[in-house]
Amino acid sequence: MLIPCVIIFALFIIWPLGKSVSLSLHGSDLFGRPDAFVGLQHYRDMLGSPEFRHILWVTFAFVLLTVIPGVLGGLAVVLLLEQHIKGIRIFRTAFALPFAFSVASASVIFATIYNPAIGLANGMLGRFGVDRVGWLTDPSWALISVAITTVWMSIGYNVLVLSAGIGAIPTEINEAATLDGAGGWRAARFITVPMLGPQLFFLVVISTIQSLQGFGQIKILTPEGGPEQSTKTLVYSIYHTAFANNASDFGAASAQAIVLLVILLACTAIQFGVLERRVHYK
Amino acid sequence: MRNLTVGRAITYAVLILAALAVIFPVYYVIAGSIMSPGQISSYPPDLFPHGLFTGNYEGATSTTAIGRQYLNSVLQTSVITLSQLITSVLAAYAFVFMKMWGRTVLFGLFLGTLMVPWESIVLPNYLTITGWSVGGERLTASYAGTMIALVLPFLANAFGVFLLRQSFLQFPTELRDAAIIDGCGHWRFIRRILLPLNKPALTAVGLYVFLAAWNQFFWPLLIGDNANRRTLQIGISQLNDVEAADPGLILAGVTLSILPTLAIVIFGQRFIVRGLTAGAIR
Repeated sequence: MLIPCVIIFALFIIWPLGKSVSLSLHGSDLFGRPDAFVGLQHYRDMLGSPEFRHILWVTFAFVLLTVIPGVLGGLAVVLLLEQHIKGIRIFRTAFALPFAFSVASASVIFATIYNPAIGLANGMLGRFGVDRVGWLTDPSWALISVAITTVWMSIGYNVLVLSAGIGAIPTEINEAATLDGAGGWRAARFITVPMLGPQLFFLVVISTIQSLQGFGQIKILTPEGGPEQSTKTLVYSIYHTAFANNASDFGAASAQAIVLLVILLACTAIQFGVLERRVHYK
Repeated sequence: MRNLTVGRAITYAVLILAALAVIFPVYYVIAGSIMSPGQISSYPPDLFPHGLFTGNYEGATSTTAIGRQYLNSVLQTSVITLSQLITSVLAAYAFVFMKMWGRTVLFGLFLGTLMVPWESIVLPNYLTITGWSVGGERLTASYAGTMIALVLPFLANAFGVFLLRQSFLQFPTELRDAAIIDGCGHWRFIRRILLPLNKPALTAVGLYVFLAAWNQFFWPLLIGDNANRRTLQIGISQLNDVEAADPGLILAGVTLSILPTLAIVIFGQRFIVRGLTAGAIR
């Protein structure tokens, strides 16, 4: 009964994992198939190149620009919802709606909104007399614009996870606080937020992992990796190195894929490490 | 008391503004899809459609291969969902009800596959799939072959196994022992007793897998190269690529693409919450 799963995992996860390492140690022919063994050459090239440092920097900036606003925004919404609001279900559904959008459809809508000539973003700014912004064409804006799209896509999930976390807080704690005279916001600050610690931490780790893996929105909004490569993240670069302009440099792309793997495993390890400790002291 | 009501009013105002900001792209895609070409490109932008203009939908369905791509996506998503449900049920059953050697280690390995990001193994998988041939013909050459290539790596996923195992663990083993003693075989037990009693967990896994498969972007981008073999997501994203693309047509295409998932988010919310937050609530 385990055989179907084992076959799929072995063929499409375990074996490719080894193959990725092996590809990263080889050169590639015109079709991306491995040829000469080059050892650690790709890694050496990568670490020595300013371009790769730029890619890592863009990736890091993208994580910061998506995770912090996404998690804090979700927290703000959930704390507001906690103030004994009527129509809480309507609000929750509203915040869950972006879920319905795939990365592709969300990106296409935002591309339309960001359109420099007829897009709503500039149109609305125009009404207030603000100059047009080159949302996707100005190097200082492109990454921010992609990040806004990403935050929009993630806000519903963040709200759901935090709402579930609040639901799990024993009501007696809040009742006791109310008896002691703690108003809504004091209770939120000193009880709800600390009690949400595990969920907030989980969201930070999960959002970081997802953000590091972001690809569709970058590819669709900025097909060339942005003006002056301003949105060229690690995953986009893997795609670009292997597939753009018949580059077929699968060796170098695989070396980048291994770097991505190491970064993501480190994130996961941190999550497990911290959660384990939390469970231990409980 | 007055203070309190002012506070409430502010809370409501902020929440409503936040909800409007989140819903706005959802509104815009639907409203824009029924605006005439003149209206949608008017400046300053017009936010409310003047009557119902159906030309965008006629355009989207007649000038693009969206119908074909819809079918491709429905087929791809159904096969992946059905297959993952089956492989997950089998594996979870084995992990919970069958005593075997090395069960814990194997389950650990299964969970380990969840930590491997798809982006770091996508290149070897691409080389594998495009290298395979059936009956002398490349797997990706024919329509059926492309479909197989699209779904093959996703026929099993450890997340479903994990979630169903959690659910099966709550099933009293005495009940199962009694059933087996009464002459009920494995298959009969699974079909007649276990599955009907675990419907919520199955629905959660099914919806989760459906959403993930429907939203796939990276792999279909690599595999479906021909316009008739593309999935909906790739088709949608390419509506945007055409220079001076018609925004009304793009928005109509996106609206069509989100209908199935919009229905799931609105009507299946509590099931998705269960699936999506499985990792967060411990």
